[in-house]
Amino acid sequence: MARKVPEIPAASLADIAFMLLIFFLVTTTMDVDSGLERRLPPMPPEDQNNDDTPPIKERNVFVVLVNANNQLLVEGEPLQVDQLRDKAKEFMANPNNSEDLPEKNYKEVDYFGEVGITKGVISLQNDRGTAYGTYLAVQNELVGAINELREELAEQKFGKSYDKLESDQQDAIKEIYPSKISEAEPKKVGGK
Amino acid sequence: MAKFRKEGGKDLPPISTASLPDIVFMLLFFFMVSTTMREVTLKVQIHIPEATELSKLEKKSLVSYIYVGEPQKQFQRVFGSEPRIQLNDQFAQPEDILDFITAEREARDEAEVPMMITSLKVDEFAKMGIVTDIKQELRKASALHINYSSRKKAVAE
Repeated sequence: MARKVPEIPAASLADIAFMLLIFFLVTTTMDVDSGLERRLPPMPPEDQNNDDTPPIKERNVFVVLVNANNQLLVEGEPLQVDQLRDKAKEFMANPNNSEDLPEKNYKEVDYFGEVGITKGVISLQNDRGTAYGTYLAVQNELVGAINELREELAEQKFGKSYDKLESDQQDAIKEIYPSKISEAEPKKVGGK
Repeated sequence: MAKFRKEGGKDLPPISTASLPDIVFMLLFFFMVSTTMREVTLKVQIHIPEATELSKLEKKSLVSYIYVGEPQKQFQRVFGSEPRIQLNDQFAQPEDILDFITAEREARDEAEVPMMITSLKVDEFAKMGIVTDIKQELRKASALHINYSSRKKAVAE
């Protein structure tokens, strides 16, 4: 004859579970970590002379200056942050091989054959007093410009979004539109 | 006059709470899966800027965080209201970053060290001066792969 096992009360189970739930609600965060990914240039060796780098032609440099009042000076003229993307795209692409936009270096690239790869470099310089928000917005526009160019090329050549391409196709596009954003050592000019 | 007399005999059956633990456990598992543990107590106020060209930080275990922002109210008496750097649970100086990165590296597997990312969580209104100092220190420490933490910008129109 089986003995009757006394039933375990389950009424407090909900309380226990609630306690655990509240503990996890308090100690965890929901935010997904995302951000703008960049690579810093390595520190130059100390005994290096700065003179051995060949000078870059002025037409190959896209100068972006941000001052302590968060104002932009792009290629010698004041500009708003939201205009920067188009300007940077025009500079990097140079569709009409214009004289004052960067030169191109003709080279064989997989999938594309011989294409002109821009020699352009974006140079970003900011003041120590620039707000971080502005700096990031500028970085975002510049990275966005290159991403848009790559995206357009991917759509045009492969009819697919850049993210969906095979990695060697992505590499080919990367070779045509390299991400060349250099940051000059900051200067302290305006105020704190 | 209205009558408030109870109709006798017709007791409502009690609502069964037997499924309550199941529901709560479901919620619990949802939160356990979808959230991440808070690693440090923030001592600085950070309002993260917005951007559009985001990439996600894939491997949380390989990320080390540097926080920069105005000290919170209760610390302002000691540390002032200028943006400060926080590493782990303490306020720090830019010079401390080198040690911090070294310590972070030692805590990881040797094979994973080249894949480490430093995430900069910097307040929108902090000045670039302090961020530049951090970047220089990171370059000295050869922790070159960085991520400017930012939120997804709500697209206008």
